[in-house]
Amino acid sequence: MFQFIIKRLLQAIPMLIGVSIIGFAMMHLAPGGPLAVYTLNPTITAQDIERIKHVFGLDQPIYIQYFKWATGIFTGNWGNTFFGGRPVFDVILERMPATFLLMGSGMSVAILIGTLIGILGAVRRYSMFDYLATTGAMVALSFPTFWFGLMTIFIFSLKLSWLPSGGMFTLGEEEGILDLIKHLILPTVVLALVLVAQWSRYTRSSFLEVIHQDYIRTAKSKGLSAGRVLFRHAFPNAVSPLIALAGVQLPWLFSGALVTETIFGWPGMGRLFVDSLTMKEYPVLMGMIMITAIAVIVGNLLADVINALIDPRIRLE
Amino acid sequence: MTGVFKLARNLLAVNHLVKHFPIKRGMFSRVVGRVHAVDGISFEVQEGQALGLVGESGCGKTTAGKTILKLIEPTAGTIRYNGDDITSYNRAQMKQYRQQMQIIFQDPFSSLNPRHSVGSIIAAALEIHHLVGPSEKEDRIADLLRKVGLSATVMRRYPHEFSGGQRQRIGIARALAVNPRLVIGDEPVSALDVSIQAQILNLLEDLQDEMGLTYILIAHDLSVIRHIANKIAVMYLGKIVEMASREELYHNPLHPYTRALLSAVPIPDPEHKRQRIILKGDVPSPINPPPGCRFHPRCPQRFEPCNKVMPKSKTVVEGHEVACLLYE
Amino acid sequence: MHYYESQTRRIWRRFLRHRLAVIGGCVVLLLLFMVVFANLLSPHDPLSLDTQRRFIPPLTNTSFVLGTDEMGRDLLSRLFYGGRISLVVGVAAMFATIVTGLLIGLIAGFYGGRVDNALMRFTDTMLCFPQVFLLLVLAAFITPTVISIALIIGLTSWMEVARIIRAQIQYIKEQDFIQAAFALGASESRIMFKELLPNAIAPVLVSATLNVANAVLMESYISFLGYGIQPPLASWGNMLTNAQSYFDLAPWLAILPGLMITLTVMSFNFLGDGLRDALDPRLRM
Repeated sequence: MFQFIIKRLLQAIPMLIGVSIIGFAMMHLAPGGPLAVYTLNPTITAQDIERIKHVFGLDQPIYIQYFKWATGIFTGNWGNTFFGGRPVFDVILERMPATFLLMGSGMSVAILIGTLIGILGAVRRYSMFDYLATTGAMVALSFPTFWFGLMTIFIFSLKLSWLPSGGMFTLGEEEGILDLIKHLILPTVVLALVLVAQWSRYTRSSFLEVIHQDYIRTAKSKGLSAGRVLFRHAFPNAVSPLIALAGVQLPWLFSGALVTETIFGWPGMGRLFVDSLTMKEYPVLMGMIMITAIAVIVGNLLADVINALIDPRIRLE
Repeated sequence: MTGVFKLARNLLAVNHLVKHFPIKRGMFSRVVGRVHAVDGISFEVQEGQALGLVGESGCGKTTAGKTILKLIEPTAGTIRYNGDDITSYNRAQMKQYRQQMQIIFQDPFSSLNPRHSVGSIIAAALEIHHLVGPSEKEDRIADLLRKVGLSATVMRRYPHEFSGGQRQRIGIARALAVNPRLVIGDEPVSALDVSIQAQILNLLEDLQDEMGLTYILIAHDLSVIRHIANKIAVMYLGKIVEMASREELYHNPLHPYTRALLSAVPIPDPEHKRQRIILKGDVPSPINPPPGCRFHPRCPQRFEPCNKVMPKSKTVVEGHEVACLLYE
Repeated sequence: MHYYESQTRRIWRRFLRHRLAVIGGCVVLLLLFMVVFANLLSPHDPLSLDTQRRFIPPLTNTSFVLGTDEMGRDLLSRLFYGGRISLVVGVAAMFATIVTGLLIGLIAGFYGGRVDNALMRFTDTMLCFPQVFLLLVLAAFITPTVISIALIIGLTSWMEVARIIRAQIQYIKEQDFIQAAFALGASESRIMFKELLPNAIAPVLVSATLNVANAVLMESYISFLGYGIQPPLASWGNMLTNAQSYFDLAPWLAILPGLMITLTVMSFNFLGDGLRDALDPRLRM
C-alpha cells in the first residue's frame, strides 16, 4: 500500500511540472506580455516599463524566470498583485473558503441525489422511473449553468421571494448559519444540476455492470435481501469507478463554481477570477489557474489512493 | 547493394536469427524478463524451393516469418536476401526489398482493410511501388484476381462480402501484385475449412509453378505442407530441431519431436496401424525455457545429459540436420 | 448480397429506435436550416434599433412576434442571427477540436513509445485545467472574432477526442491488414491516413456531435461575460449579458435566448447519444 502511494506521488510530480510549464507559457503568450496592463497603457514610458520589468525580474532569461516562478508557485510565493501590491497568495486564500464551501455543498448534494437516482435506475432498469431519470439527466446536462442560475433567481428570488438573489450573507445583518444556508441553496442547486446528471448516469452504468455479474446472482439466490445484496455485495464493487469519477469531475467542479459565483455574486475564487480579468490582473489569474490545476492533480491522487484502499486489485498491480 | 559473391541460388539465407521480446514491469518499465520467441535459427532457401516451417503454437514460427520480412526487428543474427544483408536496413532501404518479399497472413478476417474495396486493396500494392500507370491499373487488378481464381467483378466489392477462402485468395492476389520472388505464408490455410484448405494449397502450388516463386510456408500441421514443401524445418520453442528434404523427413525422422508430430498425421489407410506418440505435458513458456535441450521434459527418449547440454545442429546425412543428443 | 450496405442500414435502424435521438436529429437539421436561411426567416434587420419601441412583450405585437429588447431590436430576428453565430462558432470549434484531437491521437497511437508517452502526458496535463478558466484567460488575450473564439474553444476541448482516437488506433494497429501495409512498404503517412484513420472514424462522429454541444455552451458563457462575441454582433450568449438587469421589465429577454441554447445543446446531446448507441450497442446499458 505504501509502495503504491509513493509510486502515485512520483507520478504526480511530472504532472505538476507539466502544469507549471503550461501555466508559465500562457502567461508569457499574453499579448503585451505579463506586464500588459502597463505596456498597453500609453501614458507609461518605455523607461518605466524597463524599470518595472527589472523589479518583476522579467528581464532575465526565460528559463531563470520559469525556475523562479515555478519554485515560487510551489512554495506559496505567487508574487504580488499589480494593483495594490498584495501577495497574490493571500488574495486568493481569502476567497478560497467561500468557493470550497460552494463546491463542497454542490458536490455532496450531487453525490447524494445522483447516486440514489442512479442506483434506483439500475435496479429498476427500463421502468418509467429509469426512463425519466435517464432522459432528465440528458436534459439537465444541456442547461447552460449560468442561464439556469438566472432562471432560478428569476423564479425563486424575484417572483416568489423565497430565497435571496445573491451574495453570501444578507447585507447589514448578522452572519448567521441560517442566513448562510438561505444564500447557499440556490447556488448549490445550480452548481449541482449538471453534476447530479453526471453522477446518476455514471452510477447507473456502474451498478448495471456489477448487478449482472454472477456473484450477485449467487448472493440473491442464497436468499439475501435485496438491500443486503445491494449494499454489501454490489456497492463496494461499483463504487470504485465512481471515486475515479469524483477525481475526473474536479476541473468541471471548478468551472461550474466560477459560473455560479458570477451569477450569484458569491464572493469566491470564481468572482475574483472574473474581476481580475477585467483589470488584467495577471498574477492573480495565473495563481488561480495554477491552484485549480494543482487541486485537480491532488484530488485525482487522493481518489486513486482511496480506490487502492477499497480495491485490493489496484494496489497489487 | 550487391554482395561481392552472390550465392545466386540461395534466395534467402538466415543465420542464427534471434528475436527476444523484453517484458517490462513497473513504473519505469524495467525489463524483468524476455520472451525467447526465436532463439537462433539458421536455414537457406533456394530460388524456386518451398520451405516448410512447422511447429506447435508458441514455437516462434510466426515470429520468425515476420522477422525475416523485417516486420519485426531482429535482436541478433543475419538475414541475407539474394546475397544482400538486410538485417539492419531501415525503412527506406527496405522499400525495394519489400517488392520482392511478400507475406500471406493467417487470419482472413483481419488481413484485409474492411473499409477498402477489394480493388483498392490490390491497387494500393501497385501504387506503392508505381508498378502500372493509371490506365492499366484496372486491367492488372483483374488479371491478378483471375489468377487466384476470382472473377474480376470482385474488385468493386468489400471484404466482408466474402468467405474465408475467398479472402485468402484476395490476400494472395495482393501479395502477388508486386511480383515478388519470395512469399512467406504464415499459416495461410489454418483458419480455413478443410475442404477449402486443399483448394488454397493447390492454388499456391500452381502459382509457384507459374510464377517461379520461392515459398516459406509456416504451419503447425505436417500434413498441410506435405505436398507443397520440398524442404521442411521443424521448430520447437524458438529453435530448429530438425531440417531435411520432404522425403527424408517423412521416411527417416530422427528427432523425437518430429516423430511425435509425424505420428499425428492421418494416413488414409485403414490397414495401417498407427502408433500415435502422445507427448506428455504442455509446451513450456518461452520466457523460461528448460535448460539443456528444450524438448527434454517431454521427450520420451531423454537421457542423462539432455537436461544440461544444449544439442547443436549436426548434419547426419547430406541435407538432413538434427539437433539432438541422440545423434551426437 | 450487399452485407456492407445492410450494416449501414442496421446502424440506421438502431439509431431510429431512439426516438429522442431522432427528434434531436430533426431539431439539429432545423437549426442548420435556420443558420443558412437566417436572413430569409427574419422579419426585421436584427441591428435596426428604435428606442421608441423598447421592451415590447412577446405575442403582443404582430410585427414583433417575440417582442423587442432594450434597444428596440426585434427579438425573433436577433434569435435567428444570434443562433447563426452561436452555431457557426460551435461547428467551427468542433472542427478545430476534431482535427487537433485526431492528429494527436493518430500520432500517439501509431508511433507508441516515447512519442506516445509525451503526447499523453501533455494531454493529461491539459485536462487538469478547468476549461472555463483557460477559455476566459485566452479570450482576454485575443481579439474576439467568430474564428478566434471558435479556435480557442477548439484548442481547449481536444483532449477527450485524442484519447478516444489513440485507443482506437492502438487496437486497429494490431490487425493484420496494417502489417500487410507495412509489408508492402507503404509510407507511414499512408498507413496512418489511408489505412488506420478510416477505421477509427466511428467514435469521432459521436465525439463531434457532443463537441458541438459543448462548444455552444462554452461560447454562450464567455459571450455572456463579455469576452466572447462582441456586440453589435449578436450571439445567444451575449444577448443574455444584460438580461439580469431587465428581469423586471422584460424577463423574456433572459428566458428566450437561454431556451434556445438549451434546446440546441439538448438536441446535439441526444443526437450524439443515439449515434453512440447505434454505432456500438455494447457500450451502452
